[in-house]
Amino acid sequence: MIDDENIDLLLTDLFDLYGYDFTSYSRASLKRRIERLCLLDKFPSFAELRYRVKNDPDYLKRFVEEITVNVTEMFRDPSFYKALREDILPVLGTKPFIRIWHAGCSTGEEVFSMAILLKEAGLLRKSLLYATDLNPTVLEKVRKGIFPLSQMKQYSESYIASGGSRDFSGYYTANYGQAKFDRELAEKIIISTHNLVSDSSFNEFDLILCRNVLIYFDKELQDRVLKLFDASLAPLSYLALGTKETLKFSVVQNKFKQLNREKIWKKIM
Amino acid sequence: MEENHVARHCGLLLIGGSAGSLEVLFKLLPRLKADLPFPVVLVLHRRNSGDSSLTELLGSKTLNKTVEVEDKDPIVPGCIYLAPADYHLLIENDHTFSLDYSEKINFSRPSIDVTFESAADVFGAATTGIILSGANEDGTNGLVSIKRAGGRTVAQQPDTAQMPFMPQHAITAGTVDYTLDIAGLAGFINGLE
Repeated sequence: MIDDENIDLLLTDLFDLYGYDFTSYSRASLKRRIERLCLLDKFPSFAELRYRVKNDPDYLKRFVEEITVNVTEMFRDPSFYKALREDILPVLGTKPFIRIWHAGCSTGEEVFSMAILLKEAGLLRKSLLYATDLNPTVLEKVRKGIFPLSQMKQYSESYIASGGSRDFSGYYTANYGQAKFDRELAEKIIISTHNLVSDSSFNEFDLILCRNVLIYFDKELQDRVLKLFDASLAPLSYLALGTKETLKFSVVQNKFKQLNREKIWKKIM
Repeated sequence: MEENHVARHCGLLLIGGSAGSLEVLFKLLPRLKADLPFPVVLVLHRRNSGDSSLTELLGSKTLNKTVEVEDKDPIVPGCIYLAPADYHLLIENDHTFSLDYSEKINFSRPSIDVTFESAADVFGAATTGIILSGANEDGTNGLVSIKRAGGRTVAQQPDTAQMPFMPQHAITAGTVDYTLDIAGLAGFINGLE
């Protein structure tokens, strides 16, 4: 086990040398990720990991990629997507133009899921999906729109459970074990690095999705990020969080109203 | 030695189970006294069904308040917490939970090892870990961490488990202080302070 003082030293290095601020990340999870990386990359001790991070900017890229969690999937929690289809998109559809922000999008599976929903609702043409993450490597994957073919059976099942009625395989071309999603979907996705810890609001949105990202932040950072979302949302727009995340007890809770049992809130003031 | 174990303060009780563990809990929970003086955390391998009926079902078997954990919930004595499906459950220094959607461990999310190791790090010698029925190796490393931190480790007596593999795996690894059947587990838990 690496002790907290050592973690603090490493986090100070990262901030001083590279400007990455992980000090407000949930400590238990961060610690596990660092220990896991020590094992994966076979560092004989924590001091060696710290030395490498300090002196090898190329390794920093791997470090950031590995200590942040980049596990995601298409149509995760189908009932959530069903609620988007049935309750949210019809409202957004009345607007002349729809801006959606996927904050902390990782490799983009949820962004492509959203693009599929918009296409099926006939709204894709007037929509723009902003996909951001602090990690440039995962954003490369969003740009390619290529996901493992082995996942498609499960994604297809989730798609159907979310209320999808088309042939899911019609959205991608299969090749060498990979599924490449249609250009038509990718064309509507704008990709950019954005660090929720240090970067500010950059646009006004009708819907922000940030699912299973806040769980990695401590309470204080969660509040800061929620304020950033609040500042980036137009009146009567929507905020969607992960199934075990909440606005309850947060600084913005009075400005939002939860719609139903899914974790979707409407900005009411 | 034995008396020392019993006299030690219990700050957190962890129960990990896989296949065949629900039946054990259905028999065990009704035997536990009300207002347990410590929090209880259940880490169970289960399908990611997305519904929370398991919480209600377990809650109907006990006098203690039973909830499914949400991110950053505080950990309070007398409450039974169920790890949500498809997340790892971790424990922070300030005695709150945090969730983690990283890779599965031992083919499992939640992984018993992840929660037990994290709890041992925070609660140290005040941690008690119990492994119930299951057909998986999950939990053994977690018990190792608890034992190393000075906490108490318990396994369900394998011949009383529908799936003896998981408790047996922990026992064989030499990480288990007490091996108990269901009545024994109830007595043990009710005796913890």
